[in-house]
Amino acid sequence: MTVDMTPNLTLVVVIGVLVAAGVYLMLERSLSRVLIGIILVGNGINLTFLVASGAAGGAPIVGMTDTDEMSDPLPQAMVLTAIVITLGMTAFLLALAYRSWQLHRHDEVQDDVEDRRIARIAAYDQAIYADMDTEDTVSDLDRDAAEARDETQSSDDDAEPVGAR
Amino acid sequence: MLLLLVAHLAMALAAPALMSWLGRRAFLVLAIAPASATVWALTQTSAVLRGDLPTEVVEWVPGLQLELAFRMDTLSWLMLLLVGGVGALVLVYCSAYFSAKAGGLGRFGGVLVAFAGAMLGLVVADDMLLLYVFWELTTVFSYLLIGHYADRKASRRAAMQAIILTTAGGLAMLVGLILLGESAGTYRLSEIIASPPGGTLATVAVVLLLAGAASKSALIPLHFWLPSAMAAPTPVSAYLHAAAMVKAGVYLVARFAPAYADLTAWQVIVIALGCGTFLVGGYRALRQHDLKLVLAFGTVSQLGLIVLLVGLGTKSAALAGLALIGAHAMFKATLFLVVGVVDAATGTRDLRRLSGVGRALPVTATAAGLAVASMIGLPPFAGFAAKEAAIEAVRQDGEGWVGATVLVAVTLGSVLTAAYGLRFLWGAFATKASVTHAPVAEGEPESVGPGEPPAVTRPSLVLVWPALTLAVLGLAVAVLPGLGDKLLSPYAATYPTGDPGHLVLWAGITPTLLLTLLILAGGALLFVGRAPVERFQARLRTGPEADHLYRRTMRRLDDVSADVTAITQRGSLPFYLGGILVVFMALAGTALYTGTSLPVEVRGWDSPGQLVAGAAIVIAAVLTVRARRRLKAVILVGMSGYGVAVLYLLHGAPDLALTQVLVETITLMIFVLVLRRLPAYFSDRPLAVSRWVRLAIGVLVGGTVAVLTLVAPGARMHVPQSIDFADEAYSFGGGKNIVNVVLVDIRAWDTMGEISVLLVAATGVASLIFRQRRHAVPNRVSEVEVDHTASSGVWGTDDDRDRMASLRRRGVSTPAQDAHAQPRGAPSIGSAIAGSRAWLRAERTLAPQRRSVIFEVVTRLLFHTMVVFAAFLLFSGHNTPGGGFAAGLVVGIALIVRYLAGGRYELGEAAPVHPGLLLGSGLFLSAGVGLVALLGGAEVLQSVIVEIALPVLGPVKLVTSLFFDVGVFLVVIGLVLDILRSLGAEIDRQGEETGADDMGTPADAPTPAEVSR
Repeated sequence: MTVDMTPNLTLVVVIGVLVAAGVYLMLERSLSRVLIGIILVGNGINLTFLVASGAAGGAPIVGMTDTDEMSDPLPQAMVLTAIVITLGMTAFLLALAYRSWQLHRHDEVQDDVEDRRIARIAAYDQAIYADMDTEDTVSDLDRDAAEARDETQSSDDDAEPVGAR
Repeated sequence: MLLLLVAHLAMALAAPALMSWLGRRAFLVLAIAPASATVWALTQTSAVLRGDLPTEVVEWVPGLQLELAFRMDTLSWLMLLLVGGVGALVLVYCSAYFSAKAGGLGRFGGVLVAFAGAMLGLVVADDMLLLYVFWELTTVFSYLLIGHYADRKASRRAAMQAIILTTAGGLAMLVGLILLGESAGTYRLSEIIASPPGGTLATVAVVLLLAGAASKSALIPLHFWLPSAMAAPTPVSAYLHAAAMVKAGVYLVARFAPAYADLTAWQVIVIALGCGTFLVGGYRALRQHDLKLVLAFGTVSQLGLIVLLVGLGTKSAALAGLALIGAHAMFKATLFLVVGVVDAATGTRDLRRLSGVGRALPVTATAAGLAVASMIGLPPFAGFAAKEAAIEAVRQDGEGWVGATVLVAVTLGSVLTAAYGLRFLWGAFATKASVTHAPVAEGEPESVGPGEPPAVTRPSLVLVWPALTLAVLGLAVAVLPGLGDKLLSPYAATYPTGDPGHLVLWAGITPTLLLTLLILAGGALLFVGRAPVERFQARLRTGPEADHLYRRTMRRLDDVSADVTAITQRGSLPFYLGGILVVFMALAGTALYTGTSLPVEVRGWDSPGQLVAGAAIVIAAVLTVRARRRLKAVILVGMSGYGVAVLYLLHGAPDLALTQVLVETITLMIFVLVLRRLPAYFSDRPLAVSRWVRLAIGVLVGGTVAVLTLVAPGARMHVPQSIDFADEAYSFGGGKNIVNVVLVDIRAWDTMGEISVLLVAATGVASLIFRQRRHAVPNRVSEVEVDHTASSGVWGTDDDRDRMASLRRRGVSTPAQDAHAQPRGAPSIGSAIAGSRAWLRAERTLAPQRRSVIFEVVTRLLFHTMVVFAAFLLFSGHNTPGGGFAAGLVVGIALIVRYLAGGRYELGEAAPVHPGLLLGSGLFLSAGVGLVALLGGAEVLQSVIVEIALPVLGPVKLVTSLFFDVGVFLVVIGLVLDILRSLGAEIDRQGEETGADDMGTPADAPTPAEVSR
């Protein structure tokens, strides 16, 4: 197995370009461009595993390649998983894009409506929701005390006194 | 002690059921739980006195050093008696207090018992974290109790206020406890008190602890939650104020005082808060008109005094403090219960309206009189003994101006106590000549005629005897000579400084006795002159109150949180992503710049081929970014993907290359399926500035990742984990293809997780596209007649329909028209197609102009070949490139080809199963085989190699992980099939329903040609 850890410049450049292009697209609003960006970034990151696993070698198959000349199989297994997961994610995002087209006739990611509402309210210094419990800022213990009544035994007796409710 | 806790818990859980069975009498049953705690504490009295402390330790979370550790010393014993005794009496009282028709009693009873249990746990816990858990439990239960009448605004507000304040204090306390525990190396309370850690850290911790205690015990400036909490039912107030909740803070102070009372910070806080609270509470109690409010402020005041005494740090003060804890619990509980009786009997608690109650309720009045006598310190009551000891202690031990100040504060506070005590007694029971038309608050219905005191109904005996019991106890414990000293001094003796004090009723004529007489005289004077005092207080009422300040703070907090949310939560996806990426660059960049250096030597390439593939990828990626047309961008990204596959191959990863090629192909096809519906071009976003920002972020992130990749290989310190994989793969995994063995054996759990993700993704896709229900069976040719909505055939358009019309005129018929033209009784189109001999079974469901005979023929030839190839990949994958993933993807591509050649009915014919079935059985197979290994005594997912000698084929080596791979294979097919059925077939169907054509525009929208112009 090769443990030559000098980095491969060609791969590094390819990685840089893939990630840069992908990030640029990911920062767009069109869902399909975002998705293309994700695929590009994904490919770039998958390649970093190759660089990190050392120099190129033979296929990691016993009997086909000498053990000393094999490329590292562990990162390959991880990347294989990542590739297939990207497929699932692509399908999901495309379904999202199609649904968005069905509803809005475009696939752009709009600003979150609720967040915009909060920002608007914050600009006016209003309460987010009407809270009756905290509205009157003047407290009156005496008033509260007069209102506080327990459901006591005598309050529902037949021999109810005049004073009780 | 654990048993007692469990009893409380069980009783609390049973309360609702008991209440619906027995009605309010169930309170009597519930009272058993706290009563048993009292009885147990009493049986342990001699052991506690001997110093033979009952302890109990049960391991809970060893990793956190968290134990269910309990220990009962004198302090805990006293608290336990009060918590259990008062709790039991209050529950008994409840059984007569509440109306039989009152709502929510089941919940109320349960919470009250749970609260008693939490309090019990709190006072006997010997583990600081455990103590904290119980502490917060009391907070939560008190919240529920205060807010019992949830339909009332005042109730909700009071409950919310109480929980916010006490939880805030509790959190501060938690920090303090952890600081203390970490610096001491143990969380055992008893060990920490025995050898307390010192230093600045400990001081900070202790200050935080005091903050928690102050919030719980309603010391200034957080005292206001306690008077508001009188919105709770009166029995709850009695319990909360007398024995539980607020006493938790006192308990904490008393617990830590022996260890930390000598700290200056401690002294400053305890003396300032204690004296201040004692005075403020007493002063405000004097001007209240509601009996409960008089008592509530009285409690605030008394808590100040108790905290002052137990926190002062001398033996004599501590003894006085402990005595006062007991005395206070008895008299305050009595008084609240009495208020409940008066309230229930007369319907009011307003002391301006009550008159003549004492004459009507003599027993109740007697209980109140005994309790008040104890409160204001009349001999021979417990309160007197405690207060005498307190004044004596403060007088003897106080030094300098601080001591003098404390003495003055205690004296003044006691004068106020005497005054409001008398005011309470007079207000509740006196026959007042002055009771005329009481001023009724605005908006309140006037329930009493002018000059007429409310009528009094006779309360049940059950309401009176708990109060009377407590009041008499307050007398009894004081009268028995030496009892208090004997029982309480063991704890006071643990305080480090001062002489031991004594609890006596007669110590001769001492300065202290004179001071007591002075206090009583002053109190009486204040009471007699209550009218001018009230007027004076009303005039002095200026400035914001603490309660008001609290509300304004909460309001500002809401505003600030809205502002912060508005700034950070912009709702824009690019903004969030950009933020994440910038943080990534900042962190990774800093680490790269400070912690690493670039490698000395680099390789240009491993093989020249890499250079070619790399150049192709770079060009394709750059063009992708520049593309404005969707299809172009997709094809370019596919090209870069194929380039990456070449790089994999050149690196020596054939499995990766194979998978990458297959995945890219499928991705491309899915894209095309969806792009049919989307506009041909990306929308223009002419925001020039933001584009440059995006470009800058992109380039910087790309650069950062590139540099990271350059540096990372040099960071390797160990030999690769996989150095032995070749050996292990063959001998244990039974396969030569190491990557495949890693996937299905060595790291099978990873794969397991992955196929679960695929299953979720497939389900997500289907649920986004299928708006109604997902059909149980895919589109079959036999359904054509029912399902066929458009007469033009699959993939036909309106234009086609017109063309069909012209074709029909010439005598050519579409399949569907055929069907309708059939005479009744003739075989339907579906069965006709099924019976026909065609290249593809569903080819005739297509619109004629969408058919391609060549494609159909090729598909017919290719499909089975591909499936066989997939089978080969699947079974040989263990030894050569291939495996479940690749095989599944190949089958997926074969299905796609069938779909493209023959439309959705062809897909249904090619794979007449529900994708969910494939996904589910695949996952089941993978996981199930993993479990089978358990039967053989091996680990989950471990492979077993079986060699069988077959008659013709010779020896066959079978590895159980093959079944795992078959599971993966099925899941991948299920994923692709689900995608095809959703993004392909279902979109087709929806398009036919709405009349949208394949070019992504509804019938009434501009055509692609117009858009591109």
